[in-house]
Amino acid sequence: MNIPLEQILIQTINGVVTGMILALVSSGLTLIFGIMDVVNFAHGELFMLGAYVGVLTLAATGSFWLALISATIVIAVLGALIYVTTLRPLLGRDPLTTILATFGISLILQNYALWQFGPVARKIGEPISGHFTLFYLDYPWYRVVIALISAALLGAVWLFLKFGTWGVWIRATTQDRVMAQAMGIPVPRVLLTVFAIGAGMAGASGVLFGPLTAIDHAMGLDWILRVFIVVVVGGMGNLAGSVVAAIFISLLEAYAALWVSPAQAVIVSFVVLILTLLFRPTGLFATAVR
Amino acid sequence: MSRGSTLVFWLGFAVVVGLLAAAPLVLPAFWARLLSEILIWGLLAMSSDLLIGYTGLVSFGHSAFFGLGMYGAAAALLAVSPPSIWLALLFGLIAAAAAAGFVAFFSTRLRDIYFAITTLIFSQIFYVVIFTWTAVTGGENGLTFTRPPLALPGLFQLRLSPANLQWLVLAIVVMSYLLLRRITQSPFGMVLQSIRENEARTRAIGYPVERYKIVAVMLSGLFAGLAGVLYALQNEFAAPDFVFFLVSGETVIYNVVGGIGTLVGPIVGAAFFLLLREALSRFFTEFYLIPVGVIFVLIVIFMPQGLLGFARRWLNQ
Repeated sequence: MNIPLEQILIQTINGVVTGMILALVSSGLTLIFGIMDVVNFAHGELFMLGAYVGVLTLAATGSFWLALISATIVIAVLGALIYVTTLRPLLGRDPLTTILATFGISLILQNYALWQFGPVARKIGEPISGHFTLFYLDYPWYRVVIALISAALLGAVWLFLKFGTWGVWIRATTQDRVMAQAMGIPVPRVLLTVFAIGAGMAGASGVLFGPLTAIDHAMGLDWILRVFIVVVVGGMGNLAGSVVAAIFISLLEAYAALWVSPAQAVIVSFVVLILTLLFRPTGLFATAVR
Repeated sequence: MSRGSTLVFWLGFAVVVGLLAAAPLVLPAFWARLLSEILIWGLLAMSSDLLIGYTGLVSFGHSAFFGLGMYGAAAALLAVSPPSIWLALLFGLIAAAAAAGFVAFFSTRLRDIYFAITTLIFSQIFYVVIFTWTAVTGGENGLTFTRPPLALPGLFQLRLSPANLQWLVLAIVVMSYLLLRRITQSPFGMVLQSIRENEARTRAIGYPVERYKIVAVMLSGLFAGLAGVLYALQNEFAAPDFVFFLVSGETVIYNVVGGIGTLVGPIVGAAFFLLLREALSRFFTEFYLIPVGVIFVLIVIFMPQGLLGFARRWLNQ
């Protein structure tokens, strides 16, 4: 089959756009894992609830940007609550127990969303309605804006980790929790903050991605799978690795969608995962031996 | 085990099996059917206990083995005529074991959470294939068929009425339990438990740990597939929903709640949750999973004796 060049270019842009969102969600998960060995199974549900908070705020205020901010804050607070109620008692136990507990949380949140919002999918309107001409397509500016916002958020997180006082504390705690504590870093509050930040990133991604999809209670399931693939390919706890892996996998899926249906294009990312496990079981960008 | 406790075990075993065998005769149809559903889910959970409780590997991929058991049985019943229950069993087990071999080959390279995540992702491969390959698997609608009789050609033929089917399920689950119990007490099972307790040491003693793990996953997948075949026979369909990873999650829940590393525990866990669902769904309709989730999280946090295996492993590190 002959694929015209324009289509490949369009799919490249599509791939980068979803890749940036995926990177935002995955780096929240991997940040949390890196610092406290917690695999947050409910991360996809935080993404889903973020989208719903966006829907509600949008309906109440009519402002997309307000929706974005409120979803980030609400989901960050929810994340903090989940951390305090369920995860803090489990710290220091086997990481597997955290998967189990957060799986329970994900069941609760998912069915809560089904109960609260019903099975009918919701929509978020595009905040920027302009289009530009990309070959024969009217390409919405909004998609480009999403990629830019996601990149800006990721950049902000990176800068915060690099230069902010709390950011330095977070990195110190990730490296050695006991030593950090001995140096007077308030480790319990650092952990709480990291969980809130990771959750907030998921919430923000939910609103950002909202206009590109139908929002329903089960959307988190798709995303948690993709996020798991990304973090395994990128290397668990490796922030830069998960960003690169997210874009790489989204691009591959976008290209695969040229030939097969999007539902089948997922198989490409499975293949990437299999190859990664065969040749680099610690992740494509791993630095430390697991 | 001393002679006395062995006697107690077999006495208890005989009483429980006797009660379960009498159930289809006394219980109303609805409860008898629920009982046999509990046994089937219990078998699935028990198969996963071989990994969680005895090898220390938490599998989030058992839905794939269960589902392939269902689809294997359905394929045999639809493709071969006259339909034979033995072929359904054979096809289901082969499909489940093949899937388990595939998953095991990749996931046993990893440990702990990495094992859990990769089994989850790999089981989703089967889900995507089954869901999108509509021509063969019926896609979203799945496959339906009629239940074949239990027959040995030329010898006898038995129509599987609900009661007969329930006895068949009971017989297979009881045999599986005895087999799994024998496996966990065999030298092979001892090696699995030593992998759980201290993998590095087991390797140092000279056991090929990876090979043991692969065989363990395949054995576990085989029993999960058996549960899938039974479920397909009971409900006369195979559907992609049962390949989705939420089923794997439920399997893990049954294990953790009932107590891992006991084989009986997972069945108790399945019974607990299916009965809870029955009770709660009268008040909460389809949202019964909210209280189920709450109870599960509370058990994970406050009942570490349900997490005995993990706890023991954690202390030994």
